Amino acid sequence: MTLLAVERIKLFTTRSPWWCTLIALALTVGFGALMAGTADATEPLNIAATQFGYGFGLVVVMVMATLAITTEYRFSTIRATFLAVPNRPSTLVAKATVVAIMAAIIGELAAFGSWGIASVIKPDIDLTINTAYEWRAVAGVGLVYALSAVVAVAVGVLVRHSAGAIAVLLIWNQLVEPLVQLIPKVGDDIHKWMPFNIANKLITGDPDPTARNVLQGPPPSDAVLGPWPAIGVFAAFAAVLLGIAIVVANRRDA
Amino acid sequence: MIEAVGLTKSYGKTLAVDNLSFSVPTGRVTGFLGPNGAGKSTTMRMILGLDTPTGGSALIDGKRYRDLHQPLRTVGALLDAKWVHPNRSARAHLQWLARSNKLPAKRVDEVLEIVGLTAVANKRAGGFSLGMSQRLGIAAALLGDPQVLLFDEPVNGLDPEGILWIRKFMHRLAEEGRTVFVSSHLLSEMALTAQELVVIGRGKLISQSSTEDFVAQATENTVRVRGPRLTDLRAALAQAGVSTRDEGENLVVSGMDCADIGELAARTQTVLHELSPQRGSLEEAFMQLTGDSVEYHTEIADGPTPATLVPAGK
Amino acid sequence: MTTLLATERIKLFTTRSPWWSAFLALGLTIGFAALVGLNHSGGPLLVEHSQFGTQFGLMVVSVMAALAITTEYRFATIRATFQAVPKRTSVLVAKTAVVAILAAVIGEVAAFGSWLTAYAIDGGPEMAITTGADWRMVAGVGLVFAVTAVIAVAVGTLVRQSAGAISILLIWPLLVENLVVLIPGVGANIHDWMPFTVASRFLNGAEPIAPMGPWASLAYFTGVAAVLLVAALAVANKRDA
Ligand SMILES: Nc1ncnc2c1ncn2[C@@H]1O[C@H](COP(=O)(O)OP(=O)(O)OP(=O)(O)O)[C@@H](O)[C@H]1O
Ligand SMILES: [Mg+2]
Repeated sequence: MTLLAVERIKLFTTRSPWWCTLIALALTVGFGALMAGTADATEPLNIAATQFGYGFGLVVVMVMATLAITTEYRFSTIRATFLAVPNRPSTLVAKATVVAIMAAIIGELAAFGSWGIASVIKPDIDLTINTAYEWRAVAGVGLVYALSAVVAVAVGVLVRHSAGAIAVLLIWNQLVEPLVQLIPKVGDDIHKWMPFNIANKLITGDPDPTARNVLQGPPPSDAVLGPWPAIGVFAAFAAVLLGIAIVVANRRDA
Repeated sequence: MIEAVGLTKSYGKTLAVDNLSFSVPTGRVTGFLGPNGAGKSTTMRMILGLDTPTGGSALIDGKRYRDLHQPLRTVGALLDAKWVHPNRSARAHLQWLARSNKLPAKRVDEVLEIVGLTAVANKRAGGFSLGMSQRLGIAAALLGDPQVLLFDEPVNGLDPEGILWIRKFMHRLAEEGRTVFVSSHLLSEMALTAQELVVIGRGKLISQSSTEDFVAQATENTVRVRGPRLTDLRAALAQAGVSTRDEGENLVVSGMDCADIGELAARTQTVLHELSPQRGSLEEAFMQLTGDSVEYHTEIADGPTPATLVPAGK
Repeated sequence: MTTLLATERIKLFTTRSPWWSAFLALGLTIGFAALVGLNHSGGPLLVEHSQFGTQFGLMVVSVMAALAITTEYRFATIRATFQAVPKRTSVLVAKTAVVAILAAVIGEVAAFGSWLTAYAIDGGPEMAITTGADWRMVAGVGLVFAVTAVIAVAVGTLVRQSAGAISILLIWPLLVENLVVLIPGVGANIHDWMPFTVASRFLNGAEPIAPMGPWASLAYFTGVAAVLLVAALAVANKRDA
């Protein structure tokens, strides 16, 4: 508990988390407003479509989570940290937890903010959240952000450089995953098991991707698992990465 | 010759350097003295054209740094030994600098030899100790065999051997007829290194004089007088035009030595319990001078008002 | 200027990041071409199939180019640089040129390497580089890489921080440009003028409805880079180093 408090203080006494939060919320909610404002009768608004900015928020949250650990290496405060608490696994788990909670909060604010602003802009469209799919599409954002933040912290611990870690995460999330589909034959099968694509299943789960109109929400995931097993797999992926990072950090000189 | 005229720099609300004018004479070591945050580094960055002055200008041999052709041949500087890419070798760092000013490649090996880094020339600079980094910085400053050299706190963090090395080095540079401008916040260090002193506090000039004069003024002697009843003596001292100051039960007298005060005490029939000469330490004097106020500016210029000096042991 | 170019060349190649980046960019693009070649079926392998991995290389080069300037700020060697050569415009132009040339070389090696690899694995007469479009698709990669490097150096100079610059440089082409198309109504029109979208039209050919042909697209992309660079130079000259 003390460790969580320590990590919370560390996170909130620097500026980058605030900047990232601001940018993440501005982008997601702004995009939600844009989608709502420009929707018309031919392309009506729905709940999933309010969440188009979700991808923006995700990358910004991952940048924030990466910086939370890489800046410690950058300024050698990681040494001060390990001096204060020599138990490195607990420290890193505490940091991942705090960052994940922060990410979850940003996610929920972003999702409900986008949904809220859309409801305000288009009051005559019924945007009540009813079905399980709709709930996941909105409330699920926080969960995906939180787990992605854990992945980012783990990558940050492993790479230790802001530039390298951010490049790995963004290129993986935004380039590797979509591009593998271009590999003939096996590409689609590989893509189905790509971690962020799997995580995406929670948000864009149920509708049949082949039948769905593009404007009904962010690009649907083609993962074969159901939404909840999918997020379970992503959580396991994040846990394994964090485990590897902790083992490495324990063996390495601080 | 470096000349600053009305140099001013503000960072937002912080006025780092305030209408600063001074000159650094050729062929001598000039110390640039001021407490932490006085604006020394800022001034040096402005001399080197790295920061743009908000007002005023700094000229080197009559030219702005930015107008110098191949500036490393005119001015060498070590502002921060950490301005090196950690993954570059010491030699590579000097190589690109040399190349940028069309200096011959063999000059790199010469300066490495001068500062004694030849053996580690191909090692990454990131792994250097502070002393080695400092030497690399000095090597970079010497690269163009410049007539003017600027050093910002070159002995910071060095061991006694390193400090001695730098001190001798500065003297050698000045003996070779170069202009050396070196900053420090330690007056005692500067008293040993510099012949001239430019002293600033809070961005303003406090004094420019020779080191000897400055030290003499700054460490003006006082005498502490203690006794059960000093009223008459005080009056007599005042009459003699000597300034005094109460310090608890004691009277602190400046501008008169023990013998004369003793005579005066005898004449006024004052019982003395103590009559002891005090010598202000350099550092305390310096702190007093640069400490809080601008008033000291004029006081030093027209001769010191000893009342501002704290005696030693207090 | 040749002195400055030589200086910047020494600086670039005496750190590890350009080697890493070149290695990564080539490995990813050529490796991807090999994967595509090996798994290909149904119809002959075409020139364009060999270039699917181009964007990997482009993003890596963009990161490399940004780091070339942001690490100077990070380690304050920019001050040593401006101290040695106070003419900031010349220094930054020289740096941009050196980085752009390296990017162009990486681009050409990546493109022709990918093509050769795919050709070696499953080549046929359809893989021949014959038409202007084929040449643009392969040889044009170096040009796009070079211009992207200019953009990256400009953004790096403006932002001065590795993390910030890289985030912008990756998020912009990968996410922003693709998401704007989703905005109902105006989205597609905005998308048509997005720099990296336009650049890809130079490589992959412009659809008939596109606002510009391939060469005009490259010119537009270059124009965007030039504007950014000029802004960066102006800011760097004004700002304290
Ligand atoms: N880039 C900057 N931005 C904002 N404020 C600055 C900047 N550089 C210096 N300052 C402020 O200007 C003042 C003078 O700083 P400077 O570093 O020049 O002092 P200094 O005399 O070199 O001190 P020290 O002995 O500690 O090195 C300080 O108050 C500092 O906080
Ligand atoms: Mg300083």
